[in-house]
Amino acid sequence: MSADWLGHRHGSIDNPICRMPATLKLGVSLVIIVGTVLAPMNWTGWFFSVSLILLLTIVLSRTPPIFLLKRLLMLSPFVLGVVLVNAFQSGGRNHWPAVAAKSGLCLLTAILLSNTTPFSDMLRSLKSFRIPALLITTLALMHRYLFVLTDEAERMRRARLSRTFAPGRRFEWRSLSTVVGQLFIRASERAEHIYDAMCARGWK
Amino acid sequence: MHIPDGFIDGKTAVTAAVLSVAGVGFALRQVKRELPPRKIPLLGLAAAFLFAAQMINFPVAGGTSGHLVGGTLVAALLGPSAAVVVVTTVLIVQCLLFQDGGVMALGANIFNMAIINSIVGYAVYRLVCHRLTGVRGRVTALVFAAWCATVLAAMCCAGQLAWSGTIPWSIAFSAMTTVHMLIGVGEGLISALVFLAVYHSRPDLISEMATPEQPKRLRELVGYGLLTTLGIAAFLAPFACSWPDGLDSVAEKLGFSHKVIAPLLPAPAPDYQVPGIHWATGATALAGAAGTMIVFVLALLLGRWLVPKPKDS
Repeated sequence: MSADWLGHRHGSIDNPICRMPATLKLGVSLVIIVGTVLAPMNWTGWFFSVSLILLLTIVLSRTPPIFLLKRLLMLSPFVLGVVLVNAFQSGGRNHWPAVAAKSGLCLLTAILLSNTTPFSDMLRSLKSFRIPALLITTLALMHRYLFVLTDEAERMRRARLSRTFAPGRRFEWRSLSTVVGQLFIRASERAEHIYDAMCARGWK
Repeated sequence: MHIPDGFIDGKTAVTAAVLSVAGVGFALRQVKRELPPRKIPLLGLAAAFLFAAQMINFPVAGGTSGHLVGGTLVAALLGPSAAVVVVTTVLIVQCLLFQDGGVMALGANIFNMAIINSIVGYAVYRLVCHRLTGVRGRVTALVFAAWCATVLAAMCCAGQLAWSGTIPWSIAFSAMTTVHMLIGVGEGLISALVFLAVYHSRPDLISEMATPEQPKRLRELVGYGLLTTLGIAAFLAPFACSWPDGLDSVAEKLGFSHKVIAPLLPAPAPDYQVPGIHWATGATALAGAAGTMIVFVLALLLGRWLVPKPKDS
């Protein structure tokens, strides 16, 4: 239930882009991002073709444009803020529109990548890039329990709210940090159970 | 502090990526060597915990709120190498899944938030723990360490932005450092409160993982020391020298040194100079030292206030 506010995987699952191998998508996205950051602004051909590829991906993967726009606006307050402040400053340097455009293109690429590729597939292709197994295991476990622990934190917050009356700020900091501390304790207890379960199923 | 794509250029991204790969590789080796297999799942769970904890907002004055960043807290709970791996995992997932921080800037983000934040935080924590014993000492150490680590990570971030030529050093440095000196106080306070909460209900969790009485490990000291020094030398040294740097001297020679862009925010102590003292380097160092001292005293008072009775000293 709470996975949707974390906001990934929108639109249809079954389309040509989603069916492409994850390694290819990861590689192409990496090339696009690195190329876009490094390209000088007068390489109009590069920026034009990148925009075309991204547009094609949006159409083929049937990603709702409203969702993309929302994500872009939500994720780039820093970029927008810096650009706006610079636009109003006298003698501001004129490289800011370029930085904003590049940043936007990279962001769009990353959003499209994560929206069309399941994280487990990404992990599998990262494994083939020779990322150490320990890091892959940690990433997989984190992704698996991310939503469980966020839900748990939300439940603890609700339980705390239903038991306390409008507290003062000092008390609120105390009780919030108790929630965070308790979350850590539960996470480490859960880790022990997971290890037992992994061993029972023949891990290593 | 997540740097988006497009804000740092090729040379900065590559330098930071090389440093991060070296640091994370070293941390992974250390973890494999010293962590019992029982604790392997804990790394993933601690990463998920950190992500969930960052969602919990603490109310600050005026309707704003802040949240835990947590590198130093995880380092104090699990040890430095595990903390580097945990925070790196969080950053990779945030980047690939939630687009928080750029893909090409991932190296820089890992260097600032996973390596500098955890390692410097842990080093300061251990250093203060050696002098002050008991829970009170630990809380004081954690508050001070979290503040130092936050401010240093922000300085590195400013250095990277300035080196890329995106934001001039004077603006980046004054804005980032001033804001993060305040954020660091909140970070220290939250870390200390969470540490105390864990300590009160499961003291065994803390003592079994990272006791300050552990023997010093030379390999770790040398490896991480070299890495952080290299990084600070690459990102901060070009700007923090007392003599005018290359760009300044060229500007002076060509005679357009007066065309300096006006800073974005008027800093409370411009360029970290104490008014009335003209020796620039000395004044900068003095202002920095004074700020650090104030925070240390604050940390001492906080430790005294949060831990009412010293139980074991």
